[in-house]
Amino acid sequence: MTLAIPRFWREIQSRYNLIGTKCGSCGKVDFPPRAVCPVCGRKSIGKMQRFQLGGKGSVVTYTVIHDAPAQFEMQKPYVMAIIEMDEGVRLTSQLIDVKPEDVRIGMKVQASFRKLGQEGDAGVIHYGYKFRPAG
Amino acid sequence: MRDVAVIGVGETEFGELWDRSFRDLGIEAGLKAIQDAKLRSEDIDAVYIGNMSAGKFIDQEHVSALVADYSGLADMHLPTVRVEGGGACGAIALLQARLAIASGMHDIVVVGGAEKMTDVGEVQAAEILSSTADQEWESVFGATFAGLYAMMARRHMHEFGTTREQMAAVAVKNHKNGALNPEAQFQKEITIDAVLQAPWVAEPLGLFDCAPLSDGAAAVVLCEAQRARKFSDTPIRIAGSGQASDFLALHDRRDLTTLDATVIAGKRAFHEAKMMPKDVQVAEVHDNFTISEILAIEDLRFIEKGKGGPATAEGLTALNGKISVNTSGGLKARGQPVGATGVAQAVEIVRQLRGEAGKRQVVGARHGLTHTLGGTGATAVVHLFERGD
Repeated sequence: MTLAIPRFWREIQSRYNLIGTKCGSCGKVDFPPRAVCPVCGRKSIGKMQRFQLGGKGSVVTYTVIHDAPAQFEMQKPYVMAIIEMDEGVRLTSQLIDVKPEDVRIGMKVQASFRKLGQEGDAGVIHYGYKFRPAG
Repeated sequence: MRDVAVIGVGETEFGELWDRSFRDLGIEAGLKAIQDAKLRSEDIDAVYIGNMSAGKFIDQEHVSALVADYSGLADMHLPTVRVEGGGACGAIALLQARLAIASGMHDIVVVGGAEKMTDVGEVQAAEILSSTADQEWESVFGATFAGLYAMMARRHMHEFGTTREQMAAVAVKNHKNGALNPEAQFQKEITIDAVLQAPWVAEPLGLFDCAPLSDGAAAVVLCEAQRARKFSDTPIRIAGSGQASDFLALHDRRDLTTLDATVIAGKRAFHEAKMMPKDVQVAEVHDNFTISEILAIEDLRFIEKGKGGPATAEGLTALNGKISVNTSGGLKARGQPVGATGVAQAVEIVRQLRGEAGKRQVVGARHGLTHTLGGTGATAVVHLFERGD
């Protein structure tokens, strides 16, 4: 997929700095930010507080992508994973600085600020999080 | 609610049909269903169309009016509705049409499903399929549609010991069924080794773990049940329907090895039909990837959770096994024109319950089920069908 500049720009807070929300009612952390807590529903409206994730987590499941979208063609094969952050919330990210055969479920990982893509040869570069082995 | 029955079915062949347009396909399926029901165009009250993404595949929106128009119905000025819901759109269209009749608003409705996927290149088609996942928080980071299902497969292998061979058994079974279906895209049997040796798409899924890109269309005619006998000797009653949704992104779901939307849609449909999973002899389930069929037979309670792999390898879901699953060949072998899927599944179940499924006929089939997914399981729809006599 290609993203128009405003579409990427408006999510920069979360993509650069892992900004999510914490429910002021039950304390559940969500990422990306939510306006309504999936647990508390109406009670949470107006009580969702900005919350930054610490950037550490572990691999819940993963895959090695061989058939890639055009934007990612140069990177294949690459590893995608679902990561459970230490705060309990999960997200999907690319895993880097690790050989596909060395990835394991349960592996500790940490967020890293990387280039995600770009608008053609002369356009804006998109940055955001990828994850690498912790330590 | 009034009872609703299927009185006519029709479908095109499925495949890479380069000489056929979206219009050609939609019309052929619709006209076959109308002929099968022996309807006159004056009998039709409305047209519902399931279509995932004609806007992206062929740059054409507003396909509901288009299909009615080219089916010769423009002068009837019928209400036409296009339903979107990822891969589940055809099954949702069927449910909405059923409700329109049940409510008393309409008596006879034609439900079509169609997709023309090969007018774009393969990479682009795969990206369009991915657009039913979460574009902002999955796709933008490089997760593909196959990759998301692959992560479910990996987790299922981790938790339950499911093997690649067991997943391959889904593809082998569905190709074996597809070989008996003259409308199927792949009418050729394959071996476990062929599946295991195919190139990777997203590990642990290889090319033969994935349903193909396809063109095709299917249609059914629904009628208020009391009137159905006027049109058909074997009307097939819709005994129950259930639809459910879930978090859009896979990573937000409660469990990565259970699709809660399937579980709940199934419970709702079985509850309405006053049936149990053991009452069903034949099921068409959403096997867009081999792991998907394993999840479906578990989440619909045909097979115990975690045992879907071994059950498939042992033949419990083979033609005339404990329960016959994907007798049409499924999305894997029959083909996967996305919008057509939910309707094509209903066509197969109606054929089975009428006893018109030829070489792939399930002996003594009286109750059948369809299960259709949107995205990676953010939508699921289950319909239960039974013979009216």
